[in-house]
Amino acid sequence: MGLQLSAMMEQKHPTSRKTPAMSIQSVSPDSQVATGRPNRAPMIALPAFGLAMAIMAELGIALFVLQTVAMPLIAVWVGIPMLLGVIPAIRAFANLHRRLAWTVSGVEIPTPYKQPKYPGMIQRLRTWFTDPATWRDYAWVIVNAVVGFTLNLLSAVLFLCSIFYLIYPFLVWVTPPGVFDELFGLVHVNPVTAFAVWPIALGFFLLWLKVGPRLMRANSLLTRSLLGPTESARLALRVQELAETRAETVDTQAAELRRIERDLHDGAQARLAALSMNLGMAETLVDRDPAAAQQLLTEARESAGQALTELRDLVRGIHPPVLADRGLDGAVRALAMACPLKVDVDIDLPGRPPAPVESAAYFAVAEVLANVVKHSAATTAWIQISYENEGLHMIVGDDGIGGAEVSPGGGLHGVQRRLAAFDGTLTVASPGGGPTTVVMELPSALKPTT
Amino acid sequence: MRIVIAEDHALLRDGLIRLLEANDFEVVEAVDNGPRLVPALVEHQPDVAVVDVRLPPTFTDEGLKAAIEAREKVPGLPILVLSQYVEQLYARELLAGGSAGGLGYLLKDRVSNVAQFVESVRRVAAGGTAMDPEVIAQLLTRSSREEPIQRLTPRESEVLGLMAEGRSNAAIASALFITEKAVSKHTNNIFTKLDLAPSEDDNRRVIAVLTYLSAS
Repeated sequence: MGLQLSAMMEQKHPTSRKTPAMSIQSVSPDSQVATGRPNRAPMIALPAFGLAMAIMAELGIALFVLQTVAMPLIAVWVGIPMLLGVIPAIRAFANLHRRLAWTVSGVEIPTPYKQPKYPGMIQRLRTWFTDPATWRDYAWVIVNAVVGFTLNLLSAVLFLCSIFYLIYPFLVWVTPPGVFDELFGLVHVNPVTAFAVWPIALGFFLLWLKVGPRLMRANSLLTRSLLGPTESARLALRVQELAETRAETVDTQAAELRRIERDLHDGAQARLAALSMNLGMAETLVDRDPAAAQQLLTEARESAGQALTELRDLVRGIHPPVLADRGLDGAVRALAMACPLKVDVDIDLPGRPPAPVESAAYFAVAEVLANVVKHSAATTAWIQISYENEGLHMIVGDDGIGGAEVSPGGGLHGVQRRLAAFDGTLTVASPGGGPTTVVMELPSALKPTT
Repeated sequence: MRIVIAEDHALLRDGLIRLLEANDFEVVEAVDNGPRLVPALVEHQPDVAVVDVRLPPTFTDEGLKAAIEAREKVPGLPILVLSQYVEQLYARELLAGGSAGGLGYLLKDRVSNVAQFVESVRRVAAGGTAMDPEVIAQLLTRSSREEPIQRLTPRESEVLGLMAEGRSNAAIASALFITEKAVSKHTNNIFTKLDLAPSEDDNRRVIAVLTYLSAS
């Protein structure tokens, strides 16, 4: 991603004045940066992971035994300190495998554990014991020791066999006679005829290529079935998440309404009151002192103009008319044109998102762009909006000084909270010295344009 | 001077009619929706039309689209588009259809300065341009980092802004309290510094400046 970006910036700098403001750049966002997940292991590292996981699977038996022993010992109290040590150890062990499932086969396993409602050791033990995840971990350790061990080891062994047959001629050459020169105990070979086993090496390699990652994936899926949250745990987590975002949405909306009320009260309303006062005075003065009446009328017109300006700004803040007219595409283009920086816009949407999503997306981009103008000292910014995997991807980048972060109370944090109401996310990549990229995602179904 | 008006709010429509008739315009038709607008423009072929952007039935940019369509059917039809808010995007779309004949894009608020508004309508009817100062201000902010623009003196920048709005030398002179001769000296300097071909024709001059500013 970094390379791609800097290459893109270099491309853009020498643009001449005659280039239209909206040159279309096609940038394919790197999915890793876009999703903020750790890296996947490369294919060639899988045998090493497989071996390590097979060994760990057997070590896990120790944890299983410890928990099995500790539970009856609760009766004589010794079990309690034992469990206080063993259960966190098993959880750490399970968490490691949740991460490994992603690293080796791209299977995501969320952590399902319940949080104790009250502090205290006994509370913690009680939560552990009533949490189905504890018992599922316990079962998984032993399943992993058998099935996980077999699958991972098999995957690694396929690869090792191909290596073995690849270097077989070399082995025949370096070892004394009688060690490796009897192939399958049947055929006698010398270092030259030993090259005949290379097709076997190739066969094992192809087999590993085809089956190796699948074996590990099968194990990862098995791991997910035991270590992932159960349906009810998943729902419980989701409910908690929704309750939090709902509370924030309600807060944000209430704050917005208060702001609008204050703006109307202090702005347009006050100006209209002054206006009608001026008009009233002009009415009484018009015969006696036409010059003074004229002056009041001019003032009245000015305050009407200011009231209109304030109302217009307010309307833009609530729902920009251009968004209603032209959707996200046109509105973001209009935003880029009104921006004091040079902004390249690349939007590719097959339709219009539902109105609330569209509005949230627009304000998120607007806020991030405003941040760029205020803090980044950038000369060029770019906006890319696309629709992938049923979701809206929005990227705002600039060539400024970097160092942007999501800090509580900051602008980006506000955007993050508002996006959360739609299950949206915001991630920032902004090393000191720049460049900065803000990636926002809104999972939403587009409705086709009619 | 024959004029067609498109405005959906009855109060504003009546106000516009009254204002324009008081200034010797003959309102041949006043429509209150988008679909009726294009036929009215094609049928009457007025000297100028004043069109609100937002009209029924969609209440989006109906008026803008109708204006562009009508200018395709009747090339050079002078149209002044009014809006509650101005967008550079829309200004560009209007200009993209070609600048033959008069063209204007103003905030509705500008109507309150009657003398200036009537002047703008007359200018558009005469084949001139009337761009809202807000559109021009945005264009100037964006271009202000460009090297050639930075070479302008503050006075020349002011003249450039007023020129981009579509004002004549006489109007610029009276707005800045300078002589017309001084204005033409400034415009010559501007054209030299921005490397634009000088032109005596007011409207061609405006288009050159707008194109220059929009390109940056």
